[in-house]
Amino acid sequence: MSLSIMKAGLFTTVQDRGRIGFLHQGVLESGAMDRISLQSANAIVGNHENEAGLEITMTGPEIKFERDSLITVTGGGMMPMINGVAYSLGVPLFVPAESMLTFKSVPYGNRAYLAVAGGIDVPIVMNSKSTYVRAGIGGMKGRALKKDDRLSIGEKGKEANKRFEQISQKANGRAFAKNWGANGRLLDREQQKIRVFPGSHFKQFTTESQKRFFQQTFTVSTQSDRMAYRLQTEEDAPIERQESYSLLSEAVAFGTVQIPNDGQPIVLMADRQTTGGYPRFAQVAAVDLGRFAQFRPNEKIMFEPITLKEAEMLYLKQAQAMQERKIGIALKWGSH
Amino acid sequence: MSTLFENAELYVLSETAINIVFGTKIDPKIHRHTKKMMNVLEDAPFEGYLECVPSYVGLTVFYDPVTVFHTMEKNDSPSTYVMEQLREKAREIGDATEDEDEGDVVTIPVCYEDSFGPDLSHVAEENNLSKEEVIHIHTSGEYLVYMIGFAPGFSFLGGMSKKIATPRRSEPRTKIPAGAVGIAGVQTGVYPLETPGGWQLIGQTPLKMFDSNREQPSLLKSGDTVYFKAITRAEFESYEEGDR
Repeated sequence: MSLSIMKAGLFTTVQDRGRIGFLHQGVLESGAMDRISLQSANAIVGNHENEAGLEITMTGPEIKFERDSLITVTGGGMMPMINGVAYSLGVPLFVPAESMLTFKSVPYGNRAYLAVAGGIDVPIVMNSKSTYVRAGIGGMKGRALKKDDRLSIGEKGKEANKRFEQISQKANGRAFAKNWGANGRLLDREQQKIRVFPGSHFKQFTTESQKRFFQQTFTVSTQSDRMAYRLQTEEDAPIERQESYSLLSEAVAFGTVQIPNDGQPIVLMADRQTTGGYPRFAQVAAVDLGRFAQFRPNEKIMFEPITLKEAEMLYLKQAQAMQERKIGIALKWGSH
Repeated sequence: MSTLFENAELYVLSETAINIVFGTKIDPKIHRHTKKMMNVLEDAPFEGYLECVPSYVGLTVFYDPVTVFHTMEKNDSPSTYVMEQLREKAREIGDATEDEDEGDVVTIPVCYEDSFGPDLSHVAEENNLSKEEVIHIHTSGEYLVYMIGFAPGFSFLGGMSKKIATPRRSEPRTKIPAGAVGIAGVQTGVYPLETPGGWQLIGQTPLKMFDSNREQPSLLKSGDTVYFKAITRAEFESYEEGDR
């Protein structure tokens, strides 16, 4: 055992890239809400990019490290503190045994990702370590972390071990941070609005609703969670279909924007149901999903239309940018 | 002769998923096509294929666009390429005329009393029926399991009478108990876990629809035949002891 949970925080779960291959049995994908941040965290500590870390929401836990570790925290909403000293996001950190990791909130972002060299060692259930709380599957006994939980760190691979040895020599038994880091977006740092392309039922909505969707501001409801973000229109102006009728349920994806009959959009997230029966108005571009997952309840958001082709191109570019970030990180480690 | 496969409609769900639609109705023939297409994809997947999810009228194919992009010859979009692959497969396999293997027959006990079925009165009113008539119609049907989806072990059943069809609630409930039996349009099904949802709730079963500790976690699988049987509150409670 290596990590002792002294305080639980608001909602902390073990998550990896998600559960692939069981959707047809109704078993959800799950996985990190902000994939880019988890991938970055794993890249920094030398793990495989799909290794499990902790997804920490809003208020961080307090974690005691029982042995020397190499860690990093990415994402948003909070900054890591080791024994009371704050460090930047995305920075490789050496945590000596018996240290306390706590979190200090910051006014932007909603979810932080903790990666530990070696990964979080929980049983793999149906191809994944991800926690799916509603079904009690994966992660720490299928639930969010609680006080007094103890988690193991997995065996470090070659790269993770090399980096751990390097930082531990430099740290010489004390908490230590590298003077570089990697966090945040990979493309379009200036992009504010969330980009979407039309869903298969887009044309069934009134022209007025189609237009208004891109003009008005939405508020992220406090009922939003890992399953879905519920959005509220301002001035009570619901998004309406030309005529209302029931649809047959079909598979839905991460980022599918459904409009139920009350006209208030629901954006499906990592723990979305595998199929949905509300009309699919639009699809959040995959390139913006990580950023979208960082919105907090009560925060305001706006949408911007792009084409499917543009969305696909951005997706490929982002994957390329992640490869480049990994190379950049490896070079930084190499240069000491 | 044009087949359902040749006339399949394809459209993009996301950068990682494409829908294939064989028709617009709940129909055993379309179910056979869906199963056949799934089997073909599982047996001979294209490069980048991840998994697929059947629905009443077709299936959704999930793939990794980066892998697809690297195997493409033309510098096209991954979705265009995958659609071509799927069309080609559909053309090759022609038509699905034979029945797939018969599934199991499962009877699901349901208590339709008001506290278990808060929307039963609404379903009755919407269709100008008494509550007893709704229960009678619901328990008289023979249902085919078309797909498992939405949540682990949640079965989508075909064969419900139009006489009790009722649209979804305009505001989904945030919490529905495990075992709740619902109606949405002409669909009926059972919620296996506590979850949010928008279906009209007409009753509840004491059976465990999904249990990750069972060899087959989902009580039902695609292709099974289902009957509903009305039980009393006392019978419902007697299940608590051990039968489920």
